[in-house]
Amino acid sequence: MRAVIAEDSVLLRIGLVRVLETAGFDVVAEVGDAEAVLTAVEEHRPGLVVLDVRMPPGFTDEGVRAALVIRKQWPDTAVLLLSQYVEERYAADLLSGDTRGVGYLLKERVADVEEFIDALRRVASGGTALDPQVVSQLLLRRHSDPLDRLTPREREVLELMAGGRSNAGIAAALFVSESAVAKHINSILSKLDLPKADADHRRVLAVLRFLGVG
Amino acid sequence: MRNPLVLRTLLKPFDGAGRAAAFLTAGALVQVAALLVLAVPWLNGGPTRALSVVVAVLVPLALLALASPVLTVVQGARFRGRLGVDIPRPVEVGGATRAERAKRWLRSPTAWRQVQYHLFVGPLIALAGTLTLLAWAAAAVAATVYIWIWALPVEVRVEDIGYTTHAAYVTVAGIAGLYGAAWLSRALARLDTRAALTRLGPSREELLRLRVAEVTESRAGVVDAADAERRRIERDLHDGAQQRLVSLAVNLGLAKATMKDLPEDARKVIDEAHREAKEAITELSNLVRGLHPAVLEDRGLDAALSGIAERAPLPVRLKVDLASRPAPTVEAVAYFVVSEALANVVKHAQASRADVTVERFGGILLVVVSDDGVGGADPSGGTGLAGLAKRVASVDGTFSISSPTGGPTVVTVELPCAP
Repeated sequence: MRAVIAEDSVLLRIGLVRVLETAGFDVVAEVGDAEAVLTAVEEHRPGLVVLDVRMPPGFTDEGVRAALVIRKQWPDTAVLLLSQYVEERYAADLLSGDTRGVGYLLKERVADVEEFIDALRRVASGGTALDPQVVSQLLLRRHSDPLDRLTPREREVLELMAGGRSNAGIAAALFVSESAVAKHINSILSKLDLPKADADHRRVLAVLRFLGVG
Repeated sequence: MRNPLVLRTLLKPFDGAGRAAAFLTAGALVQVAALLVLAVPWLNGGPTRALSVVVAVLVPLALLALASPVLTVVQGARFRGRLGVDIPRPVEVGGATRAERAKRWLRSPTAWRQVQYHLFVGPLIALAGTLTLLAWAAAAVAATVYIWIWALPVEVRVEDIGYTTHAAYVTVAGIAGLYGAAWLSRALARLDTRAALTRLGPSREELLRLRVAEVTESRAGVVDAADAERRRIERDLHDGAQQRLVSLAVNLGLAKATMKDLPEDARKVIDEAHREAKEAITELSNLVRGLHPAVLEDRGLDAALSGIAERAPLPVRLKVDLASRPAPTVEAVAYFVVSEALANVVKHAQASRADVTVERFGGILLVVVSDDGVGGADPSGGTGLAGLAKRVASVDGTFSISSPTGGPTVVTVELPCAP
């Protein structure tokens, strides 16, 4: 699959290219600002775009804005945003439309190469990858009783589930068995009054909606 | 050229007397010009009917009041030029139109203090000054009476003046008169200076008000500069050290993921370095996040606080209720308050949870950070709370803390923000 990278730090760009190539992506363009990434997407029509949030000229949320444009103009292109800090506001913007093929992760997650490659593949194939920090920021704002009824372990599972992981992924992250994860998920869904869904993506959607985004 | 000691002692009383006399002369000239305005209606015998007498008095008075700023400038130049004394400029009255400015000026106490000087003090001193100048002249003539006797032919001389004891008396009286005139000139100059400083310059109250305004402005500048500095440091760390560390961790991660056939020892070293790099990223991120995050400028306080609350290693409940965004400085201080207060909770409170609320009541932004910890926080002890209180005071906010032993601790900060 063709991929485009937009990252203004040259050092990190080199690392990202290597990681994406390791994952089997074909990096067709690397750019350093938000305007150039739109041109590159127009030209190459990649399946995946990896964007830094803070880029020239304003160094605030250029990446988020570019991602929104990409999602609107080329809905089939998956978008993964990387940032030094994740902000729930940007996540809300990003998830306000379709939540398929969207990712928003801390830059430091790239260092856990194997997990990051999982996230890349998930997003590229239409899944979701939200940083656990985004999900816990969203949880900060929800003061509803059902959330208070969750056990700490169930909250962890909820964060990973909202982040877009499959049962197997959650099990691997928490070092528990898949059947234990399935049990936790059933308990969470019933405590939060969410419909049971088998497909990972529909489940993510339900959780995100519960958290007030998507 | 050095005068002998005796001569210097004799001439000492005349030091500055010439300057004072010149100063008084200039003052008399200015006053004559000013008072001429008042005299205009009376030059041709003056009005006779009661009403026109009133008009003839009031109109020139009003003119003088309106023109007093100009007179004040002229007097200021006289003091500066002749005596080297600087009369501070009075506080200016504002106003959009000329008419409005004139109206405000006539109502200001400054105007009437100035008129007092131009109308009473100035003329009185000018009169005294003129008499002093005459005294100078008379004393000079008397002191040099022998020269006159010598120079003038006998026919034009007053009859009984000659080289007599009488003339000696006149000479002595003249010299004494010169000393007296010198003393009088300097005394009048001092008196005039004191009167001008109190009546032409700003009053004490105005000076203080001016000073407070200056200090307030410069403090705001300092606060803004400190904020800008924080932003710059944040930006530098973000673009520099943080990116480098992430890049380092990514490379180590890549090594870990791709070089599977390394000896056990080497893998261990890479693992360790990878972990350390990630910890360094987290530590640096937490530090930088407390400075001035980009999202604060971009999306405001509400958006920025979720990041900091999420980073705290204990559950934080966040409630932010703001209809509109406060000024950037106030936002930065409120952000700093929450950041520091939460850091304190984590360090000292042994709390199981914390609550952060930010609300706006009219012109007040209320920030409350509370926890269920052990209490006993002392703002005079830890530098964290003291720094917090100072930063709050820098924008005229109030800081209070309630932390009985056994808890709970509640930090309350009120920040002024225009509604």
